Amino acid sequence: MSQDTHGEWTTIIKPKESLLSINLKELWDYRDLCSLFIRRDITTQFKQTVLGPLWFIIQPTMTVLLYTVVFGNIAQISTDGLPQPLFYLAGVSLWGYFSGCLGKARGTFAGNAALFGKVYFPRLIVPISGMVSGLLNFGIQMLLFGVVYCVYVFGGLPGGDMVSTNMTALLFPLYVVMLAGLGLGFGIIFSSFSTKYRDVALLLNYVTSLWMYATPIIYPMSTVSSQKLKLIMQLNPVSSIFEGFKYGFLGAGEFSWTGLTYSFTVMVVLLFLGVIIFNRVQRNFMDTV
Amino acid sequence: MATAIEFNHVSKLYRLGLVSTGTFREDIKRWWTTQVRHKEDPFLTIGETNDRGTKGESQFVWALRDIDFKVEQGDVVGIIGKNGAGKSTLLKLLSKITAPTTGDIRARGRIASLLEVGTGFHPEMTGRENIYLNGAILGMTKEEISRKLDEIIDFSGCERYIDTPVKRYSSGMRVRLGFAVAAHLDPDILVVDEVLAVGDAEFQKKAIGKMQDVSTSQGRTVLFVSHNMASVRALCKNGVLLENGIVRQTGTADEIIDLYLKTSADSELRDHLSTTEIQRNKNTLRELEYTEVRILNDVRNVSTEEPLIFNLKFHRNNRSINNCQIGIIIRDEFDNHVGSYYSQQLALPSDTNDFEAKVVLKNHQLAMGIYRINFNLSLMDFVAKCKNYDIVIDAIQFEIKYLDKCHHIPFAHWPFSGRTSYQDAEIEIYPLKS
Repeated sequence: MSQDTHGEWTTIIKPKESLLSINLKELWDYRDLCSLFIRRDITTQFKQTVLGPLWFIIQPTMTVLLYTVVFGNIAQISTDGLPQPLFYLAGVSLWGYFSGCLGKARGTFAGNAALFGKVYFPRLIVPISGMVSGLLNFGIQMLLFGVVYCVYVFGGLPGGDMVSTNMTALLFPLYVVMLAGLGLGFGIIFSSFSTKYRDVALLLNYVTSLWMYATPIIYPMSTVSSQKLKLIMQLNPVSSIFEGFKYGFLGAGEFSWTGLTYSFTVMVVLLFLGVIIFNRVQRNFMDTV
Repeated sequence: MATAIEFNHVSKLYRLGLVSTGTFREDIKRWWTTQVRHKEDPFLTIGETNDRGTKGESQFVWALRDIDFKVEQGDVVGIIGKNGAGKSTLLKLLSKITAPTTGDIRARGRIASLLEVGTGFHPEMTGRENIYLNGAILGMTKEEISRKLDEIIDFSGCERYIDTPVKRYSSGMRVRLGFAVAAHLDPDILVVDEVLAVGDAEFQKKAIGKMQDVSTSQGRTVLFVSHNMASVRALCKNGVLLENGIVRQTGTADEIIDLYLKTSADSELRDHLSTTEIQRNKNTLRELEYTEVRILNDVRNVSTEEPLIFNLKFHRNNRSINNCQIGIIIRDEFDNHVGSYYSQQLALPSDTNDFEAKVVLKNHQLAMGIYRINFNLSLMDFVAKCKNYDIVIDAIQFEIKYLDKCHHIPFAHWPFSGRTSYQDAEIEIYPLKS
């Protein structure tokens, strides 16, 4: 292309790129930035607080207490015979991680407009780093889950004998990857659509808060008796992950390979589409944001 | 020399106004014509030249239009132009913040852009942590930053505060820290927007020195946008003058700066001001006031030898005033007071309230350049107290363009420490004939 004889051009900036020109090498070159973003997210979260990282534990504990009182005792929603705190803690932790990834990714363009307007780096770094930094919070909650689990199972508290763990618990890492992938995929698509028309952002705020109720967190899938409703619930790609997790660790839930395969496929498709759309939007979003 | 950056017919179209339902309709129309019917984007053809001051027909403007030039490796290019000429847009395209509408840009080597200092600083993190974060945002690796950390801290002059959260920094310190990080980038091409205009005098000097160092001794290619002509002159070898989104001229930095200064002053050359346009000093008595001021010379083309001839009209609001003095004060383009003329006390004819004065200043002694004139109406009374009736500010702007004889008088040789008090003048006042 170039007539010049002094070697190839290293950068060519064009009005349009082909859809699939995703520069993974560039993403890799900026891995240090990614790790610094992760560090920033973690270290600044509880700066100037007295309790510091204790908040990681206080937040889910309070939520679980609230759920136990409201959903477990007042509304008396079934927990498949499992101890209520354990049941809710599982759901709350998983949902916390998923919605964290989703939220971080969803705010990518709107929340970083000032930064993106001044300097270029692969924009995908932001949602990816959010996905990783959420892991710390999630990990601590999983530890808490482990502690509560031990208290019930080995401490002989009422309901502890209902808990049975099986081999499918080994799928846990896959569950985490799928939650992260789905959160990222949905998030970057939402974020891409909401740069120009803020209506989308307002709509999605609402949708994500309702989404939680369409996911088996405060109730088990087994309580959904209508077949039609159940089918709709199963279309929610995160449902099978929640059920699988509870089945693996607690022994109650609807484990389904079909469901997991469906979720996995949705995740792959979403990530693929998401990255393409995101890439397209990032080139010009500064003009419309 | 190899070419470091090449702009090939680059254009950028922007939409004016708000993003709303109208925009949505346009988007649908654009999608329909380009994607479904495979025709050219209907909105690309209706863009207008980007002239900030005039009211346009179209909602779309070309922030940049057909930019086409090359930058040699190791060159330091100053990009100058008025506000809204497209300088920052050009840098944004080159920094990949937004993509061009048409055309492409090719470059060799790592590009680092510095459109703002301290981008991405997190207020809760310490100076040291922010050096890492900011450095990585600008494209450095952790290892690179660690290697230069001491140098960066030293350059910023914030050593004492380096482990304090940045939110406790003064704004100047934040700028210093931000620039210190940026100054230690090692790109092949450095893109710098108006960022040196911040910080105190000492730091600005340091920053300019560092920039000079980067460009001259390290042989990097630098694109530099600034309104400060002195720093452009100091740093740049070549220049590009942008005007309303197009490249008006490329050439050496000195040529371009001169052209820019001249064009920006040229557009303001004027030979008269009528009543409605006159700007006055508010602290005057207004018992006499100018209604029109005019110079009879050709303002674009005054010689060093020709007398300056003024025609001034003024009105009397208070009949008890019978005398006045007319003052003419000449300032150069940097607003230095270079010469003045005050008439004797002149008697005002009593049969009318509208007057006209003709003033001829001979031997004005002005060197080539651009000048502005203020006009006074005043009276020095017996106790040497000056009454100002009216002061008209920057009414006339003219250029002394050529020499009649070899008679160029440098500023430094002017009498009275740079100011001339003109004595050789003729003045005449008569009733205004309507």
